[in-house]
Amino acid sequence: MTGSASVAGSAVPTRPEALSAPPRPAFSHDWRRIARIGAIAALGQMFIALSNMPVRLDERLVVKPVLSLGYLVLLFLPVAVGYRHGHQTVREGVPVSRPGLHEVVGGFSCGLLAGGGLSVLAVLLAHFDLREPLVNWSPILLDLLAFGNNTWFAAVIWLVIGAGLGAAGGAVRLLGPVSRRAVVTMALAVAGAAVLESLVVDLAEGMGLEALADRLYARRGGVNWNSALGLAGVCGVLAVIGRGRLRHARLRHAELQGTKRTRANAALIALTAAALIVLPLFAGKLTNELLANVGLFVLLALGLNVVVGLAGILDLGYVAFFAVGSYCAAVLTAATSPRITPEMPWLVALVVVVVITGLVGLFIGAPVIRMRGDYLAIVTLGFGEIIRLLFLSDWLSGWFGGAQGITKIPAAGIFGLTEVSGTDPRRVFYLVLVFCALAVYVSWRLERSRLGRAWMAVREDETVAEAMGINTVNVKLMAFVVGAVLGSFSGAIFAAKVGSVFPASFLILVSIVILVVVIFGGMGNIVGVIAGAAVLIGVLGGPKQPGLLVEFSEFKLLIYGALLIWMMLARPAGLIPSVRRTRELHQHEMAQDAWLQGQVDDEDEGKEARSSTAAARR
Amino acid sequence: MIPRTLRRQTPRTGVDWFLTVLRVAALTVVALGLLAFIAQEIDRDNPFARWANPDATGLTGEQFWGLIVSGVSQGAMYGLIALGYSMVYGVLGFINFAHGEVFMVGAMTGMIASNKLADAGMWESNFVGSLVLIVVVSVIVCSLTAVIMERVAYRPLRGQPRLIPLITSIGVSFFIQNASIVLLGPAAKAYPDVPDWVKTKHTFLQIEGSKILVILVAAASMACLWYVVERTKSGRAMRAVAEDAEIAELMGIDVNRTIVKVFALGGAMAGMAGILWGILFRSVIHSTGFLPGIKAFSAAVVGGIGHLGGAMTGGLTIGVAESVGPLVILEPLGVSGVSQLRDAVAFAVLIGVLLLRPSGIFGERLPAEDRT
Amino acid sequence: MDKSAYPHNPRQKRRLLAIAIALLAAFSLLATSCGNDDDAPEATEAPQATEEPTAPEPTEPMDDPRGDALGDGSLGIVEVEEGDAIQIRSLQAITGDVAFFGLPIDRAAYLAVDDYGPVNGFDVDLGTSLDDLCGNDGGQAAAQIVVADEDVIGVLGTSCSGAAVAAAPLITDAGMVMISGGNTSPALTSDLAGTAGPNHVRGYYRTAHNDLYQGAAMAKFVFGELGFSTAAAIHDGDPYTQGLAQAFADSFEAEGGTITGFSAVNKDDTDMVPVLTEIAAGAPQALFFPIFQPAGDFIADQAPGVSGLEDTVLLAADGVLNDNYLALPQTTGMYFSGPDQRFGQNVNQSTGRSADELTAAYEERHGEVPSSAFWAHGYDAATILLDAIAAASWVEDGSLMIDRQGVRDYLYALRDYRGIIGTLNCDDFGDCGSSKITVVQNIGGEENVQDSLNNVVFSYEP
Repeated sequence: MTGSASVAGSAVPTRPEALSAPPRPAFSHDWRRIARIGAIAALGQMFIALSNMPVRLDERLVVKPVLSLGYLVLLFLPVAVGYRHGHQTVREGVPVSRPGLHEVVGGFSCGLLAGGGLSVLAVLLAHFDLREPLVNWSPILLDLLAFGNNTWFAAVIWLVIGAGLGAAGGAVRLLGPVSRRAVVTMALAVAGAAVLESLVVDLAEGMGLEALADRLYARRGGVNWNSALGLAGVCGVLAVIGRGRLRHARLRHAELQGTKRTRANAALIALTAAALIVLPLFAGKLTNELLANVGLFVLLALGLNVVVGLAGILDLGYVAFFAVGSYCAAVLTAATSPRITPEMPWLVALVVVVVITGLVGLFIGAPVIRMRGDYLAIVTLGFGEIIRLLFLSDWLSGWFGGAQGITKIPAAGIFGLTEVSGTDPRRVFYLVLVFCALAVYVSWRLERSRLGRAWMAVREDETVAEAMGINTVNVKLMAFVVGAVLGSFSGAIFAAKVGSVFPASFLILVSIVILVVVIFGGMGNIVGVIAGAAVLIGVLGGPKQPGLLVEFSEFKLLIYGALLIWMMLARPAGLIPSVRRTRELHQHEMAQDAWLQGQVDDEDEGKEARSSTAAARR
Repeated sequence: MIPRTLRRQTPRTGVDWFLTVLRVAALTVVALGLLAFIAQEIDRDNPFARWANPDATGLTGEQFWGLIVSGVSQGAMYGLIALGYSMVYGVLGFINFAHGEVFMVGAMTGMIASNKLADAGMWESNFVGSLVLIVVVSVIVCSLTAVIMERVAYRPLRGQPRLIPLITSIGVSFFIQNASIVLLGPAAKAYPDVPDWVKTKHTFLQIEGSKILVILVAAASMACLWYVVERTKSGRAMRAVAEDAEIAELMGIDVNRTIVKVFALGGAMAGMAGILWGILFRSVIHSTGFLPGIKAFSAAVVGGIGHLGGAMTGGLTIGVAESVGPLVILEPLGVSGVSQLRDAVAFAVLIGVLLLRPSGIFGERLPAEDRT
Repeated sequence: MDKSAYPHNPRQKRRLLAIAIALLAAFSLLATSCGNDDDAPEATEAPQATEEPTAPEPTEPMDDPRGDALGDGSLGIVEVEEGDAIQIRSLQAITGDVAFFGLPIDRAAYLAVDDYGPVNGFDVDLGTSLDDLCGNDGGQAAAQIVVADEDVIGVLGTSCSGAAVAAAPLITDAGMVMISGGNTSPALTSDLAGTAGPNHVRGYYRTAHNDLYQGAAMAKFVFGELGFSTAAAIHDGDPYTQGLAQAFADSFEAEGGTITGFSAVNKDDTDMVPVLTEIAAGAPQALFFPIFQPAGDFIADQAPGVSGLEDTVLLAADGVLNDNYLALPQTTGMYFSGPDQRFGQNVNQSTGRSADELTAAYEERHGEVPSSAFWAHGYDAATILLDAIAAASWVEDGSLMIDRQGVRDYLYALRDYRGIIGTLNCDDFGDCGSSKITVVQNIGGEENVQDSLNNVVFSYEP
């Protein structure tokens, strides 16, 4: 493959192997598989219903007046299993059959079972009282399931809905790549518009586009149904017109070499930076607050990424550094802090904070560094808890305020030019942005430095690394220190932003959430980590920060848990896997695998992989 | 283990010196606290007793005994949970972080079952019978939970780097905990009232009935487990898989089945511990499994992971240390509000033991260490 | 340390530094520029506000449309157009461990708004409840959501004092008022002796009592009524429980008693023998533990078994004063301090509804009785806010104009307001609640819970 022309040429969807395979007879199924998938889905549906999600989220409208978020969570699973059932059996890279009516029938059966779960639940709800252990076993739930009608209506309607959605899910398999992309884009656009409502409205107001927002959204929330249709239409058309353009551009970017590539990268970075600097000016407090919170977590996640992603040390007590950073900054800058009287300007305090957290990093790192991976995990977790307990304790309350925390932390003054505090989230965001940029730069440089390579060597095989003359102890300690310092930046900004610190902000939970962010985004990959923070913290919310889906706050941690499991099973490398890891370690195999899979799942990906194998051969 | 001669050749680095200093400092603090405590016990007013804590009053013998008993009963429970961690680590070489939640599921099941029994009137009329019944129910539910967990979350990941199942298990732990919140509600839930003989102290050694029960049941469970692992065919299979899964497979052992059995057995122990928890504290909440789970895991590490006796020893060590440590070591050193620091003491014990013996009290270097 | 392991390149380091400085400089420039940006809307709002009363409709000389509405417009005036609703918000701990406490306050606010009806002909909209997550970070984030909407007049909340510490400055800065039905920390108002607390801000009010009252009430009860001279206290590391335990200890010593032990547990602790042993070493006659469930269950359960505490009298506070806790067998005979819960026939003067009617309405709407007594504080907080809006607003060209300063003026001047919790009087630091604290003794048994709540053995009003 030599030029862009040939790449563009191959964008025409051709799947000779796939097309040549015959469709399977519509009714010859592996019924045990259907029963298994259906049963799991039925249980899942019952679980969702009994978790109170539908009732709680019924108030939030997605598309007004037809669909609420509450119903949406019940409709999602049948479609998913219907689609999932149609997953092709692949033998040696060649699908055994062409999608056909078979998929629709399979999806129908799976969806029927999934819907059946709710039907059974409705009947049970009407006839038994299990409210004693199950708190959400209530007439309200039954009413919701029955759409206000009687029980039998509920039983029948959910069978019908489930079967219909399952069949629809299966039918998606029948679509060609272009129409499939259009359908997916349309669904995503409407869902995105609904989910990001507060963000879109806020931005629209900032840019003087209130009229647009009013048109799109109903007064009490939710996308107007006619606007939803319009939006879907526009996006569908856009998807068809712009098919493959994005991928095409990405592909070309991937093929660039040498200085061209560097220049392209620089342009991309400049573009992103410009967007990040300009965007907040148009955004209201809400969006800026959200961005600032995401930024704080990006900073934490980048720090943990150095420790976990690059050096492969599973630190479950990372919140310790966040806590130390916050408390140090608070004690040094606040006049109300007991014992330590000289109050410093925030920037001076920051220097002290960096030194102290670096030392704490060394102190925690030194004893654990020689332990093996999982011992290390539990010991760091222990350290994290110990540090929180010390901040909380009556014993040290003379220093850290104990349960009453430290309040009245002044705004962070930057060279006397400006003051950054929580009252103006925009300034907080800019401050966070500066530190994020710094963290990205440091991580990026370190990754390519001798130290970074040493970290990766240690991560891949410690014994070999040691044999190659790397001082593994020092190298790992450095990872701890760098991670600690990055985390402490976040802590220091956090203290100035919130204006008070309490021990309750530094629970184990925070460590785990940061870890989820890193894993979800893609361990060892800076862009991935940032994307992970934006998606998780921005949309779902952090441990104590509401995201865009404020309604989900009760179910946030449940979703975090489920996401973590799913991510590890389905995409252990994360949302955006570390390129370097992929390329260095298994380039050839990965490319081959991707090619084989790409034949079936998505021809575009396959093409990309093929072209990169071609590139590799060349 | 690196032979001693080889080890001496590696130069001592700054980290080694630091660790030596840390070890010495830790031991000094413990020794000072202990000495001050002993001084208090001998004579309340001697200068050494008042050295750091002028208000020190010391403990009466009865109070000290109460602390030990409560530490042992708590530790026995940690030990039971730790067995599950240890066994799974033995055969799969990864930490099943979610094992503490299995314990919580056991305590919850016990709560639901016992309340239903109390509604039916059986709890009062036949307490022992109901207890056996809820133990059976809870053991079955917990074994099932553990087995499902293995099938869904861990089996597909076998052969991956160890970090991956570990992180997955954190997700599982989160999921189970929060599923309990959304299904059963966030409030603490009480067990029905127990008969007086369980609540009151008995003349025999001045121990409450519930604590005697806990210690006895824990000992019996431990004995059963030992019998299963050391004396039965399945137990031999487990040990073989722990030693080397591939060779075991070649020898005709069904590795998958063995692993399922290990999870079931660990789950059963956790279920047992859950019921004991219910009897001892008579209240359960969604977070019941989290901290005890982490401490039990610490116990497994302290005892030497993969070693069954070690798990029990570790459990008792942590249980007694967190019960006695704050009052015997920290209080005489002049720390105020010491009970707030009991978790810190538990983790400090973990760190301290690993500082002095990097592979735990009974631990040996496992072949698992070489797996990546 | 092995220097070779990381980049030791002075030039690289210098470059890094240079970039960092450049970025910082760029940032500060930007921040200052947007700082000016931000002041702009406020600047435009203020003059508009001052002109508003006099400028509009010069053709109508006979009388000022604002009539006797309070306020001088110094904090701005909000215009609610015809057909729109007056915006207020509810910000409480509605999820998590303290939901039992925050939810009733939140629900009572909705009840109050429904009962009150329109204000000067305009409907009132509470929006969806916001969650303060019972912490400073959660409180701040929620406060940002509130202040993003410039039409909001007042906020009912928060539940937790820690959340108020971070939320109150933001909300009051925006000119809004904040009325809490749940905060009790003295730091938010005053020490009751005329000194403002460190976290006090203008525009913050509360209908809940100040902790210092409750600490004093319990101390007087133990020292005076029970006649004990030694006592101990345990808290659980929560700012609320620590503050209350401290207030009790201080008052008790001021009365002339001795505090023999002051210790703490963690919220997740279950084995209380160590902490109780620590307390037992001082052999106190009474033990005050103003903590929450489930830790409160364990202390009550295990205390009698610890040598040295067999005869110690157990005391707790409103954190566990609920049906669930009173029904536990181990709490029989215990004393509880808390706000006077004998609301009985108390009637809210604005809505005319009595406490009994309201509990019935609450139960009908939510299928359970309120899980904490502070629902009444939440109800009164809502009605005084609506009264304040009514007093500081006037209709002009079909729109409702609300003077933010007027709302504050009304609240600071509030005297002898008859609410569900009793008589409300606001002081200069925003403490409006009834200062009446009662101590009740648990009769025991699930069937006697309601009687226990009314079994007042001591009441205190400074």
